[in-house]
Amino acid sequence: MRFSSSRSSRSMKLRLAALTVAAAASFAAANIAVAADADKGKIAFTKNGCWQCHGFEGQGSEATSNGRVIARTQLPLDAFKAFVRTTNGAMPPFRPAVLSDDDLDNIYAYLQSRPRPKAASDIPLLNNTRTQ
Amino acid sequence: MSDPRVIKKYPNRRLYDTVESRYITLADVRRLVVEKIDFVVVDKKNNADITRSILLQVIAEQEHLPEPMLTQDFMVDVIKTLDIKYLPANPASSYRGIHESLINYGKNTMPEFLTCMHEESSVAMCHGYFKATGKPLMTLVHGVVGLQHATMSVYNAWCDRVPVIILGGNDMDAAHRAPGVPTFHSAQDINAIVRDYTKWDDTPVSAQHFAESFVRMYKIATTPPYGPVMMSLDGGLQTDPVRDFGQPLYIPKFFAAAPPQGDLAAVKEAAKLLANAERPVIVVDRAARTQNGVDLLVQLAELLQAPVVDQGNRMNFPNTHYLNRPANVISQADVIIGMELSDYWGTVNGFLDNGNNGFGQNTSKIKPGTKLISISSVDLLTKSNYQDFQQFQSVDISMPGDAEATLPSLIEAVKSAVGNDRKDAIAKRGDGIRQAHAKGLVATKEAAAIAWDAQPISTARLLMETYAQIKDENWSLVSTAGNTSNWANRLWPMEKYYQWLGASGGYGVGYGAPASVGAALGNRDLGRFSVSIQSDGDLMYAPGVLWTAARHKIPLLAVMHNNRGYHQEVMHIQRMSNFRNRVANIGNDLAPIGTSIMNPDIQYHELAKSMGWWAKGPITDPADLGPAIKEAVAVVKTGQPALVNVVTQPR
Repeated sequence: MRFSSSRSSRSMKLRLAALTVAAAASFAAANIAVAADADKGKIAFTKNGCWQCHGFEGQGSEATSNGRVIARTQLPLDAFKAFVRTTNGAMPPFRPAVLSDDDLDNIYAYLQSRPRPKAASDIPLLNNTRTQ
Repeated sequence: MSDPRVIKKYPNRRLYDTVESRYITLADVRRLVVEKIDFVVVDKKNNADITRSILLQVIAEQEHLPEPMLTQDFMVDVIKTLDIKYLPANPASSYRGIHESLINYGKNTMPEFLTCMHEESSVAMCHGYFKATGKPLMTLVHGVVGLQHATMSVYNAWCDRVPVIILGGNDMDAAHRAPGVPTFHSAQDINAIVRDYTKWDDTPVSAQHFAESFVRMYKIATTPPYGPVMMSLDGGLQTDPVRDFGQPLYIPKFFAAAPPQGDLAAVKEAAKLLANAERPVIVVDRAARTQNGVDLLVQLAELLQAPVVDQGNRMNFPNTHYLNRPANVISQADVIIGMELSDYWGTVNGFLDNGNNGFGQNTSKIKPGTKLISISSVDLLTKSNYQDFQQFQSVDISMPGDAEATLPSLIEAVKSAVGNDRKDAIAKRGDGIRQAHAKGLVATKEAAAIAWDAQPISTARLLMETYAQIKDENWSLVSTAGNTSNWANRLWPMEKYYQWLGASGGYGVGYGAPASVGAALGNRDLGRFSVSIQSDGDLMYAPGVLWTAARHKIPLLAVMHNNRGYHQEVMHIQRMSNFRNRVANIGNDLAPIGTSIMNPDIQYHELAKSMGWWAKGPITDPADLGPAIKEAVAVVKTGQPALVNVVTQPR
């Protein structure tokens, strides 16, 4: 994962917490902090309509997000937030009047908390289809 | 050719049909003549061929009928010459005359009346049936109100270039028709409402006029570019005796017209450009009308080792073929040939809808100087009012003509134009595309794996659980209403023309359910297994078509993509809110007010059950999905329709 050089201590805390959980769930304190943020993030992700184009799991869709997967996004938090605030493409901007910084942080935590997808090769239904 | 049907004449002078195993009358013999069934009449006593004398008896009897033949009976005779198998329709008084003749005089066969609950369903059933079988159906509509109901489906058929024969009842005699309701349901010109999106229409005023117009409309509808046609049937004409013009009535014989082809000089010029291109790309939308069209496209693509972008309004090109590539390959093209594209401008340009009042930005998707070639029969059929002709695109070589009919000469011209010095480069190009294709498939499967176990169920999981249960059937994916991220086209192996029937054409929601039933009807008779992905919003436009499927025993597996909203609109309103820097008001739902289909959630499985379907749901756990579809498949194989209601991710 890449990190941007300028980032707030809060975003650092979030990211490190998310990484900690992903790597080892034994840090109980971090686990609780992230679970709370990710849970709030899930609510914000739903309430603010992010799911509409990105799916409830951030899996994306061919038609609406050009297949872009934002679950476990590789984008650093600051870049993620900057994009959401300023995008003027097919995705509309979500400015502070519509979505608070806290909500955006929580949404990021929610996306980072999404489970790592199974390998396609481990899913029989995906190997029982066209081969060419 | 099969042996002629044997009719035996017994000593008691009765005639016995050895195929239908019953005694028949001279009227039945006349029917055989009208239906062009080859037969011989044999005298049981001595095996003598007495066909000629029996035919003379038929003629003599015809001339001595106590009443003149009714016009509507003659109309049925005309209709029967065109091999129209079914007539899905909602009953209406304005066509009661011909309705009665069809089911009594015509014995409800060729065509067989199928009871519909909405004219939008009737026309869309004809639409789906044609794409599955290549044979048009006819429908009858109540002149004013029935046709008003039908209009969206007519527009879909128009945009999707599908022939549908529509007859509408109308009582034009203002002095004699019944007052009140029948007069509300009459108009000077009922056809006016669909004239902008039908190929031809007429209002015959005599039996002979009907005969000529019916055969003419059938011919116009079935000549590429195909399209719907409309006839107003006057109430008086349907009930009057045949007027005697002093000439016998006759039924013009139908001969299919040869489809229009691209100009040969232009074909040669196009072939030269393609043969000498470094990166030619073939883009197809409704290029294939039959399996032969698919096979010809494979030939052309292999000859050029050119990637093919299948835009998918028909099954044009096998997705298992390495030359099948995604739309973005056009960005590197130096020559693009577009065949039967519904939107050439939109193929080579992008439109970014990022304004808050519907304004956006245009961008080019191709390099400057890319040569553009077009073959399109729709160039021969442009009308003014409705904008289905899309934004204007300049092309270097434009061939108004049918793509499938033009392909053989284009293939020959390309063979001649490819010089020996080009052959190595062309083969090398193919190797690169083969690698890209394989890589693309891996990436697609990885994308499908994301959120595989999610609830609501992912659209990838929905499609792949479905495929797992039908892959050993002779399947036909008749419709994917809604939007499931194209997973079927991306992961189901599609090689046969009938495995993918495209979409609605005009994007009028409500096409999926009835078109699926119509296609399933055609597939039933051809021994195929029909499956549809049925969205929630689409089903609720006219769900009565579920009853029609059960009533007429049309086997169809409908797997629901139930995302509980008009999702396109969900996103539009969200985006408008954001561009205007306002919080979208979602009320008590998940999506902006006016776009959700929840609170209460519709129990589609109960709805289907109430109309005679086997149904199960709501399925929310992906682990339950496969077993539910398996059960449904077993039901469909007994000849019944079955629906599985699945709560899904949005797209």
